[in-house]
Amino acid sequence: MLSRVADSLYWMSRYLERAENTVRQLDVTMGMMLDTGGASEKARWQLLVAALGKPAGLDWNGNLEAMAHKLVFDNLNHAAVTFCVNGARENARQVREEISTEQWQRLNRLYHQIHSPQAETQFSSSINDALASIIDGIHLFKGVSNTTMIHGQGFQFMRLGRYLERAYATATMLEVYQPVLFHPQEREHEGYQYLELVGLLRCCTSFEAYCQVYTADVSSARILEFLLLNSDFPHAIRYCVDCMRDVIESIQRTGGRRPPAELISGIGRLHAMLDFTTIDEILQGDTSAFLHNIREQCLRIHELIYRYYVHYSIQSALAS
Amino acid sequence: MSAAPPLLLDTLFGEYPLDQAFDEMRSADGDVRAHYHALAETLASLPPEELQRRKQSADLSFLTQGITFTVYGRDEGTERIFPYDLLPRLITAQEWDRIERGLTQRITALNLFLRDVYSDAKILNDRVVPRELVYSCKHYRRQMQGLQVPRNVYVAVVGSDLLRLNNGEFVVLEDNLRVPSGVSYMLTNRRVMKRTFPQLFSSYGVRPIEHYPQLLLATLRSLAPEGRPEPNIVLLTPGVFNSAYFEHTYLARQMGIDLVEGRDLVTHDNIVYMRTTDGLKRVDVIYRRVDDDFSDPLVFRADSSLGCAGLFNAYRAGNVTVTNAFGTGLADDKAVYAYVPKMIKYYMDEDPILNNVETYLLSDPVERQHVLANLDKLVVKAVGESGGYGMLIGPHSTAQQREEFARAIEANPRNYIAQPTLDFSRAPCLFGNHLEPRHVDLRPYILFGDKVNIVPGGLTRVALEKGSLVVNSSQGGGSKDTWVLE
Repeated sequence: MLSRVADSLYWMSRYLERAENTVRQLDVTMGMMLDTGGASEKARWQLLVAALGKPAGLDWNGNLEAMAHKLVFDNLNHAAVTFCVNGARENARQVREEISTEQWQRLNRLYHQIHSPQAETQFSSSINDALASIIDGIHLFKGVSNTTMIHGQGFQFMRLGRYLERAYATATMLEVYQPVLFHPQEREHEGYQYLELVGLLRCCTSFEAYCQVYTADVSSARILEFLLLNSDFPHAIRYCVDCMRDVIESIQRTGGRRPPAELISGIGRLHAMLDFTTIDEILQGDTSAFLHNIREQCLRIHELIYRYYVHYSIQSALAS
Repeated sequence: MSAAPPLLLDTLFGEYPLDQAFDEMRSADGDVRAHYHALAETLASLPPEELQRRKQSADLSFLTQGITFTVYGRDEGTERIFPYDLLPRLITAQEWDRIERGLTQRITALNLFLRDVYSDAKILNDRVVPRELVYSCKHYRRQMQGLQVPRNVYVAVVGSDLLRLNNGEFVVLEDNLRVPSGVSYMLTNRRVMKRTFPQLFSSYGVRPIEHYPQLLLATLRSLAPEGRPEPNIVLLTPGVFNSAYFEHTYLARQMGIDLVEGRDLVTHDNIVYMRTTDGLKRVDVIYRRVDDDFSDPLVFRADSSLGCAGLFNAYRAGNVTVTNAFGTGLADDKAVYAYVPKMIKYYMDEDPILNNVETYLLSDPVERQHVLANLDKLVVKAVGESGGYGMLIGPHSTAQQREEFARAIEANPRNYIAQPTLDFSRAPCLFGNHLEPRHVDLRPYILFGDKVNIVPGGLTRVALEKGSLVVNSSQGGGSKDTWVLE
């Protein structure tokens, strides 16, 4: 497939994943603010912004609704939902012939929905409903992508974008919330720490899945173990890395060109790092550094993918 | 008109004006033409709300499919839905037969002309077409001189614009031999219309057009360089900001070929490659939707980044087919157009089946004087422009505009032609819950590879504004589905 097309599909998918992540984290954060016994609104907002990778221009101004509005509707902010949906649609438009009509229609509808005057009205009457309908739109898109697109290279590049973005975003979030997890504030009443922990799980839509594995007995170490090392849950980092490895194999199978050793070993290293460790080891070491390392490796993998599949030099391509 | 309650039909027509212009639906005395009876009956039988409901559902279908085009020269809203009218335009089998034969003849002659001009130039030596007219054309490409193109096909994809005059005769207004567009609207209109009027459609027995992409692909394949039995065919687009981008993606998808931009292509040793995730892949046939000027910065405009450096040399070497060929704009120059009937006679020894519109060449001093004296009655067009740009419509112009054109003509007479203001045909369009006539033209799409293929019908373009004569989508025109009857 054309390199430019692979690039567009990869980013289309990454942008949507990012939009979904922003919406979910915003939703959970706003929910947690209702319980006034916990951290202040300002502190929570700052955590949220940090977990989204510290996008600029989102300093707390005391008005939650205005801040949330900005995080959803700011066309210029890289973490904002409209920015991401615009980016996804713009990429889709450039590869209109590669994606199915159903995919295009779903994405186009999401775009028109979020830019319609009604979207603002709905937002001011019920933020939760507005956020839920955005998530719905993204889910529908992912659903028709699965069922109407050829599961060839293009599909694999979409998966690659999604899982790389997800692994990176989850690692960022865990790194930011890690102090909250392991150094809880002293509080008068019980129950608040439970809310914190469940909130973190909900940010990754993983509360129910967590309960299935560990029961409702939530603890910081188990949450970290679940979101880092579980190999069956799609929002766990290890699952994401498994998928990335699988994608590269699949691209090689359909294309016939062997990926360079660097790329294979890059993903393999991250994979092994998550495969051959235990949560106790991680907690005994520098947890923060471990999470940071995951992010660094994700960036490195992204770079290798681009160097090999998209921005390769003509000389190297003619030589092989 | 027995089945339709006449009262309802009268309400539908309302103040529907009839004058000397040919009306597609009604004869001069107001009767509905025989082949429009079933349509009129259907319209009369539907309650107004139902018509509106169908209109809305069709609207929505266009919006969600993202069937849009780009208007240049406006800041915001670069994408717009292509306006369309709900009522089909009907063409009888007999009328179509003549159009089809006429277009086949015309495209054959035009290809022979291009081959001749770019090789021996016999027609110029025999003084049938003036030499200076050809060599002063801004779309003439010296680089094409002496170049052998596959199957001698210079223009493989054509969209000719036809008008119907007061006497009901179809004439050719212009040929689009460079990168004609609009075929995707023809195809999507049909899809929407089939859903909007299913019973009516099947009762009429309309000839299908849906196989156009397949025919186009076969045409492109037939033009592949020799020794490339499994050619890699691509569609070259200027990119997402081009007004016809929707069409490019649509056609690429329908044909199952890659849609490439100039930046996807590289040349090495006169071979064109595209950059893929599996490395470089050789390209054999390029269906080009980029103008000559922007195709290769080494040969044409150096400031263009839309094309691919080295493309022309690879083409010259015969390693890649580019279609339409470069320099074909020569033959749709509006002044050269005036000579097409003579070309048909010269190359094929036949009389033209479809006539031209009377055309004044302003390089001729006598004709120029006549035109300058009658600017308020004529239409003046710049010879190399298309899309309704660079045009003066005399009866609808201001004194100042006429003054400007007069000056421009004096300065560069070769650059302009004039034609009488044509009273071309009108077809009924739906406005609210009644019908009004609007001017329409017809753009059939002709494919020329190992043989000539014309899907029955084409794009009927409508000047949606009352009294307007301009049907171009960039100037407020819309479209109608065109039904050629069995």
